[in-house]
Amino acid sequence: MKYIYYPGCSLEGTALEYDASTRAAMGALGAELTELNDWTCCGASAADAISYLLSMVLAARNLALAEGMDMDADIMIPCSACYLNLRKVEDHVQQDGTLMGKINEALEEEGLAYNGGVKVRHLLDVMVNDIDPEAIAPLVKKNLAGLGVAVYYGCQALRPYATYDDHEQPRSLEPLIKALGADVHPWEMGAKCCGAALMTTKKDVAMELTGALLKAAQGADCIVTVCPMCEMNLEAFQEPVSKARGEDLGIPVLYLPQLIGLALGLSKKELKLNLNLALADSFKQRLSI
Amino acid sequence: MTRKQTDLGIPVGESDLLESVQEKVRACMQCGTCSGSCANAFAMDLTPRHLWRLAQLGETEEIFNSKTFYLCSACYYCTLRCPRGLKLTETMGALKRLAADQGIKKHKQSSNFYDAFIKTVERYGRVREIEFINRYFFSLKDPFLPLGFTSLGLKLMRKGKISLQLPILVPIKDDKGKVKYFEGRFDKLFRKVEELEARS
Repeated sequence: MKYIYYPGCSLEGTALEYDASTRAAMGALGAELTELNDWTCCGASAADAISYLLSMVLAARNLALAEGMDMDADIMIPCSACYLNLRKVEDHVQQDGTLMGKINEALEEEGLAYNGGVKVRHLLDVMVNDIDPEAIAPLVKKNLAGLGVAVYYGCQALRPYATYDDHEQPRSLEPLIKALGADVHPWEMGAKCCGAALMTTKKDVAMELTGALLKAAQGADCIVTVCPMCEMNLEAFQEPVSKARGEDLGIPVLYLPQLIGLALGLSKKELKLNLNLALADSFKQRLSI
Repeated sequence: MTRKQTDLGIPVGESDLLESVQEKVRACMQCGTCSGSCANAFAMDLTPRHLWRLAQLGETEEIFNSKTFYLCSACYYCTLRCPRGLKLTETMGALKRLAADQGIKKHKQSSNFYDAFIKTVERYGRVREIEFINRYFFSLKDPFLPLGFTSLGLKLMRKGKISLQLPILVPIKDDKGKVKYFEGRFDKLFRKVEELEARS
């Protein structure tokens, strides 16, 4: 298993632990990640709100770089917004026959060209489709028996492009979570929106959405996420959300590869578990971290 | 001669402003599945369904007076559920672009956010949170707004999660190879994209 790895900006800032744990857990699972040389911003949700062509060009620049690595490997992306932006280019050049030409005229400024020759995949897709849960079970060093995990897929890892799971009631990660020994928390919220960037521009609205998720997750021991924005909204606003709702909605939130890494016996340091914002002491004691 | 403008600052008689949006929602049959699927509809002044009808009718003023499109968090529920297969999330994006283009004042809290983000990317090639968030708060000229985010900012800084970096400056040289001035990482690429957009 070889992948070209595109971390994206969040993973060298607010989501450092997602980067560290992705590298560590994928390594422990026998995958080889080669970081994309000279990668740049995918445009996030901002480029599309300013200029359509710019959103395509910023994302395509990274695809062109990946093609240039000539590795015969898919590009793997842990951030859902980055994934969507790069995946969208793949889709839109097929829908619009003039787009590739425009993208490449702009990319000439960077000395690059995009030919549509690289496949874009989310970390979720790789975990679900390339990693065999039966092969994981023998690698488990710390059994997570009895740990209730609310599996949160969020929006853009699934919609509009994922074909391997239900867009509204996703369950594709459950075999993997069970292979780690953990229990899947039953809830209907795995694919609901956390509010994303509205947490900055329309805070009250995002607090509602995040609050509904935190409320539904009560009873689980933790939430796992596959997106830096979901993680931030779910773990960093627990205090104000609890205050607004008049009940304690605190719950530990982990990135999926952190949970996998824990089960595989990777150290707290390798998984940068000191950087998470909502790991209660009782949770840490329980998992001896 | 300055063109007459509406209260929102949109030039009067700008009939083709909504053309691309109308094209995208022409087949909308007003079933309301989008509104029923929207996570943020509870906070919108117009439901998505209502917005598409106004777009079909070319009601520019009412559309841009509404905050509905800036409340779209791109969850794609409506796009996947639309029985007509309309790309509704993308259409919300098109409205965000039009509002930003027109510089509509009442939407500054949203449009400046995206603008500050993209200006940071133009300069560094990657997002740098400190510069981005400073640009954003500064652009809104509201001294109280940042207070709601201070404790989070401090928390992230303590964890070493906010990266500091000097801008990547690209030296622009004259014929003799002497440095004339410096540019941001993506100034050239952004200019080219602008040029291509003006052409079409």
